[in-house]
Amino acid sequence: MTHETLLIVAGLEKHFTLHLHGAKRLPVVENVGFTLHAGECVVLGGPSGAGKSSILKMVYGNYLTNGGSVLIRHKGEMIELTDASPRAVLEVRRETLGYVSQFLRVIPRVSALDIVAEPARSAGLTMEAARARAASLLARLNLPERLWGLPPATFSGGEQQRVNIARGFAGEHAVMILDEPTASLDATNRAAVVKLIEEKKAQGCGFLGIFHDEDVRSLVADRIVDVTGFKPSVQGEAA
Amino acid sequence: MNTPTTPLLKASGLCKFYGNRAACRDISFELEPGEVLAIVGESGSGKSTLLNLLSGRLAPDSGRVDYALAPGQMRDLATMSEAERRLLARTDWGFVHQDAREGLRMNVSAGGNIGERLMGIGNRHFGNIRETAQVWLSRVEIDPARVDERPTAFSGGMRQRLQIARNLVTNPRLVFMDEPTGGLDVSVQARLLDMIRALVAEMGLAVVLVTHDLAVARLLSQRILVMKQGEVIESGLTDRVLDDPQAPYTQLLVSSVLAA
Repeated sequence: MTHETLLIVAGLEKHFTLHLHGAKRLPVVENVGFTLHAGECVVLGGPSGAGKSSILKMVYGNYLTNGGSVLIRHKGEMIELTDASPRAVLEVRRETLGYVSQFLRVIPRVSALDIVAEPARSAGLTMEAARARAASLLARLNLPERLWGLPPATFSGGEQQRVNIARGFAGEHAVMILDEPTASLDATNRAAVVKLIEEKKAQGCGFLGIFHDEDVRSLVADRIVDVTGFKPSVQGEAA
Repeated sequence: MNTPTTPLLKASGLCKFYGNRAACRDISFELEPGEVLAIVGESGSGKSTLLNLLSGRLAPDSGRVDYALAPGQMRDLATMSEAERRLLARTDWGFVHQDAREGLRMNVSAGGNIGERLMGIGNRHFGNIRETAQVWLSRVEIDPARVDERPTAFSGGMRQRLQIARNLVTNPRLVFMDEPTGGLDVSVQARLLDMIRALVAEMGLAVVLVTHDLAVARLLSQRILVMKQGEVIESGLTDRVLDDPQAPYTQLLVSSVLAA
């Protein structure tokens, strides 16, 4: 294994300006810095409200950053994401950077199998190959086959989350962001997710995640970055 | 990275005034092949005017719209002859209206509605045209046996799907959509959205989509322009604009949506 650097986060800063509430400024984090290498899982630790999810969203690009840098290895080069064009960000998401959110965003009428197959399709696989990959992931996550052809809107929370995880892994990205992927899963399925993560790590994939579940965290984490260290020096003025 | 791509459509400094009121003020952006761009804002924000300027249905007071007739060969819409523009509008472009009655010929059969653009580009074989029309009816989930019925006999959702078939039959590269799901029942909307989503992906269509529905924008588009009083006040990746809106007006729009 090469242990090359996949992600370098430096000096990252985030605050919200709440224009509907008198333009109140809400600092979230500042001076966030860490590095992620191939084959490694870095877990963000700290109490809720400390800004863990915000950091993940800044790395993925659905939160704007107010300062700092996110460099990601994409097609062999380190490129800056914080000021990249929407098009460039979409390319990185298609080919390099995957994301498993806390909840599945259900698309009306689209079957579980096709929701999972979509990132593989976007990455260039044929429909057949993408569905085969999707089927194998859903099987590994123990989603009953009779559900594969159905839209997940009526699935249980745990079933939806397994669809969501399968979708996240179907893109075969080199860098994966996991936002509490195992929160609503039972022990068997948590173990299945741990196994998926371990396999991908062995292939050189890097993970950046939040895991509240102690057991899962101790199994997958190589390093824990405590985000309380990124607490803003100046707190927002009281409302 | 930085794979060089040439824009399909380019708007530069577009302005349109109605009296003293700016319906569109200094709007510039580029659209790439296969890209879906949503224009969101309240009614009266200028989004439909912008759509009409982009599609050559309305002339700007200043600024220009360039379209790539072939890769890298940009042409200013204003310098095209009326005949050139009309040809573009019925081959390479589509326009889906909110009210299907504006986009369909209501007294012509479903097959005739789909076949019209084919005839416009020189197809004369009636059997082939009819066959293509039936294929397109099934692609938009309308029973091909209804090919001879007029849209007056169709429900609102079916009319909208017929309008989409009518526009896509010539394999356009760019489709303008003005509130395509507006005025439809929610269940009918979901079906239409899913169909639009699938067709756009399959055909690699570029779309400029005007909608006031942020959920529609999130489902279909990669990029968003937020308009207020004729100006683009915020733009960017769709999930960035909706998850972390910056402008006061965008924050108001996003926070006003009721989660079901």
